[in-house]
Amino acid sequence: MTELRYLAPDTLDEAVGAFAKAGSAARILAGGTDLLVQMRSGVLKPGVIVDIKKIPELTAIEQTTDGGFRIGAAVSGMALAEHETFGKVWPGVLEAVNLIGSKQVQGRASAGGNLCNGSPAGDSVPAMVAAGAIVTVQGQDGRREMKVEDVPAGPGRTNLKPGEILVSFTLPPRPPGSSDAYLRMIPRTEMDIAVVGCGVSLTMKDGVVTSARVGLGAVAPTVLLVEDAAKALIGSRLDDAALAKAASACSAACRPIDDKRGTIAYRTKVAGVLLKRTAAIAAQRAQGK
Amino acid sequence: MNVVTNNKWIGQRTIRPDGMDKVTGRAQFAADTTMPGMIWGKVLRSPHPHARIKSIDTSKAEKLPGVKAVVTSKDIVDFPIEKGAVMLGIQDMRWMCRNVMARDKALFPGHPVAAVAATTEAIAEEACKLIEVDYEVLPWSIEIDDALKPDAPILHEFNKFDGKPSNIVGRLEHKKGDIAEGFKKADVVIERTFTTRPVHQGYIEPHACLISVAPDGKTTIWSSSQGQFMVRAMTAYLTGIPQSDIRAIPAEIGGGFGGKTIVYLEPLATLLAKKSGRPVKMVMTREEVMRATGPTSGSKSTVKIGATKDGKIVAAHGTFYLQAGAFPGSPIRGAAGCSFTPYDIPNLLSEGYDVCSNRSKVAAYRAPGAPIGAYAVECVLDEVAEALKMDPLDFRLKNAAMEGTKAAHGPVFPRIGYIETVEAAKSSPHYAAPLGDSHGKLRGRGVASGFWFNAGGESSAQVNITEDGNVVVTTGHPDIGGSRAGIANICAELLGIDYRRVSVIIGDTQTVGFSNLTGGSRVLFASSMVVTQSTEKIIQTLRERAAKIWEIDPEAVKWENGAAHPASPNAGQFEPLTLEELAEKAPAMGGPIGAGVQLNTQGADGGFGTHVCDVEVDVDLGIARVIRYTAVQDVGRAIHPGYVEGQLQGGVAQGIGWALNEEYIYTKEGKVDNPGFLDYRMPVCSDLPMIDCIMVEIPNPKHPQGVKGVGEVPLVPVMAAVANAIYNALGKRFYALPMSPPKVLEVLEAPTQQAAE
Repeated sequence: MTELRYLAPDTLDEAVGAFAKAGSAARILAGGTDLLVQMRSGVLKPGVIVDIKKIPELTAIEQTTDGGFRIGAAVSGMALAEHETFGKVWPGVLEAVNLIGSKQVQGRASAGGNLCNGSPAGDSVPAMVAAGAIVTVQGQDGRREMKVEDVPAGPGRTNLKPGEILVSFTLPPRPPGSSDAYLRMIPRTEMDIAVVGCGVSLTMKDGVVTSARVGLGAVAPTVLLVEDAAKALIGSRLDDAALAKAASACSAACRPIDDKRGTIAYRTKVAGVLLKRTAAIAAQRAQGK
Repeated sequence: MNVVTNNKWIGQRTIRPDGMDKVTGRAQFAADTTMPGMIWGKVLRSPHPHARIKSIDTSKAEKLPGVKAVVTSKDIVDFPIEKGAVMLGIQDMRWMCRNVMARDKALFPGHPVAAVAATTEAIAEEACKLIEVDYEVLPWSIEIDDALKPDAPILHEFNKFDGKPSNIVGRLEHKKGDIAEGFKKADVVIERTFTTRPVHQGYIEPHACLISVAPDGKTTIWSSSQGQFMVRAMTAYLTGIPQSDIRAIPAEIGGGFGGKTIVYLEPLATLLAKKSGRPVKMVMTREEVMRATGPTSGSKSTVKIGATKDGKIVAAHGTFYLQAGAFPGSPIRGAAGCSFTPYDIPNLLSEGYDVCSNRSKVAAYRAPGAPIGAYAVECVLDEVAEALKMDPLDFRLKNAAMEGTKAAHGPVFPRIGYIETVEAAKSSPHYAAPLGDSHGKLRGRGVASGFWFNAGGESSAQVNITEDGNVVVTTGHPDIGGSRAGIANICAELLGIDYRRVSVIIGDTQTVGFSNLTGGSRVLFASSMVVTQSTEKIIQTLRERAAKIWEIDPEAVKWENGAAHPASPNAGQFEPLTLEELAEKAPAMGGPIGAGVQLNTQGADGGFGTHVCDVEVDVDLGIARVIRYTAVQDVGRAIHPGYVEGQLQGGVAQGIGWALNEEYIYTKEGKVDNPGFLDYRMPVCSDLPMIDCIMVEIPNPKHPQGVKGVGEVPLVPVMAAVANAIYNALGKRFYALPMSPPKVLEVLEAPTQQAAE
């Protein structure tokens, strides 16, 4: 029977002020597809909700001057899917964002919410990590930038400081021969949560991988950047030996738990399987096949 | 009885009478009902799997502003255990009174211990937290093996098995011949043990009710159930209000599958309404549904089958242990009674054991027990056929039950259609098709058969001709499988009128005669009998009226195409009198036209099905997917083929979920860890192929339209068909359900691990 205040400021400054003022009782509302579920189930009882969808910067998709993309934290999956060029440049990020929930959920759910929810199984996060996304956050002390992989702190927790709001994701420009992919393992075909999620971003020249990044989800308390897997891929032609080495690196990076969604042994094995499959898709796309 | 031939409406895929309301959202489900002055009821549930309730103090809750009533087990009518069973259908009221509200002990996490009604849901929830329950926490067991250990905590101390306190609360056996002698004749004997997990019926609509108790005690219940008369009777038993004072109005039902054949909320809401003087609404959350309403049993079955070299089964022995949950009553009858029934086995022993453990009390689930037993039997049959190098369908044909076969559970079969289902499966396009390109995955095909008893029982109907010459049929069964459409087809056929002129409604307990539960695949079988007899009485009246008008003998009037016609020797002498004309003349010709019939229907024949399943397994991830499925079933006469196919497809969909992913997962504290549809993984549409149906129509000779129940058989063979297909794909047998990805991968990896050791 606690009172709930709903605020929908038009500017980021207002939002930051209101969010900081309300302290720990406040929650940010982007799409609300996690927040409202948590409220209905009684897990969360916020006193103040700050809706950030009225702030233009948070719902904008922009191409940066250097050819990268800046995506507002509250951009919905559907809005991102409808963007003319984003999906051509970052098909892996887009497919990961579009895997969150159902069609109906996609009309609201955002990559920003997915990241700040702090779930190790969030689908967009491994793809963003593989993409090398940088996030902009704003608090009362001003703006700062963080690597996306530095945002999650553990299940349900982030490294954002009290009062800070996630503003946007910035994805770097893409050299020719680059692409990415995301795959997740779920027991069903849809409407499920990743047992393992894997994002791979590659740049290739003449069939050789010149740069690579690998993100792994649902195998540790936070989404992981697996540098050893990337190292195994770089310089290779994605031959079986390189893929096997990268897959082993993914399995080795896993620190999963046994839970209702999967066992330690299962997740560890699947992380390697998904790496191989995801890398193959990313390579096909990078080479324009 | 005259079997209708040259049908115009029977066998047509007519538009379902409830379709428009359901697709437009107008249909009224239980949670859609409201009343002025209504308040909300909530249940306080035990957090413990097993605990003695030493005291309950509700005083703080009662003082919370907004709280209007609190009830505990003291308010529920007690059925003392020592006084013996008080049966209502298959339910013993001694267990029902303890299931709706824990008495001396809480027996599972989620077991109700008190209920509160308050002006808002939030206040009612807050009040539940203020109730102080002093529990003495007891050791507990959930799994069958744990509940059967010599030192297992005993749920019901009064119960003895082999002279000792035990969690085995029931046993039954079906016996034929001498299995020891039979196995001696066998060239191949295979014995395997199987386990299955508890699975929920998975109805989308949670239990809900709104109940008003007037100051004079007249009680009105709006609720979603598979039987408004069951709701009335159980509520009457548990509250002490006479049945004549309780009007139970059935809402549209958002799925039941057997799980809504008992009550949970209605007695509590009635008592809260009575105490508070206000209408009380209660709606379960999904979590409450998963924790506290009946899944079906988890099981442990051992099946041994022996056959001779030429493929004849000479002996079989099945032992089926089923979890009952907190109170006796697991469906051992279905497991032990149905599993071997498709086969003519000379020496058979089929035993069922009912095992209590600290989880929610089971409720019926689509052919209760039969899918569990068939899973074990049909998987062993697959192994025997393989050992004999026989096609699994040929092996089944060689041993098929037929007219004259004596089933171990008693009956000698009349004309049955089992052989036809196997032959249809064998000659199906599916069975002949190659498995196809697998894109690097492994594919396999499996088959299995199944049987379910089917039921008859009590039904009532009233058929009335309206003043404008149309028809209203009132029956007493909630429609969960298309009974309204089926009844409209039959009534239109008999009267010779357009089916759109027949409106079929489901009456409440005070406006239609007693009708037993919607369950046992009985509704269309039973209700079409009483509707047929009622309609025949009406036709007789119409002929008499026409005869009176024409001043000829009623026997000289025939009813055809919706009108009375003079028959020879008067043929052609008079213009036919239509139903509309006779309805218009009714006031002058003897009054309103209508008839009601009430029967305890007999002659429901059991049903048989044979399924063919193709799977594709991703061996790196352990994911098995069903890519093609054909369900063949002897459906008697398909009154509404679209609905019959819907039943077959629905049963298969549930079975695929049971086979591949659905299971209750428990924490180490004994609580359900996946009480929601995210982690309790029922299949979604994209998980399933289009499920093909082959309807074999062997009409039931004991029914006017040849109807056999069709709703439950289609779940029975599924898990075995999927398991046999996965074996065919992988060359590895699975003896436990579900065959979920981690478990499939574990089995696939096993040899590698052994090699490494």
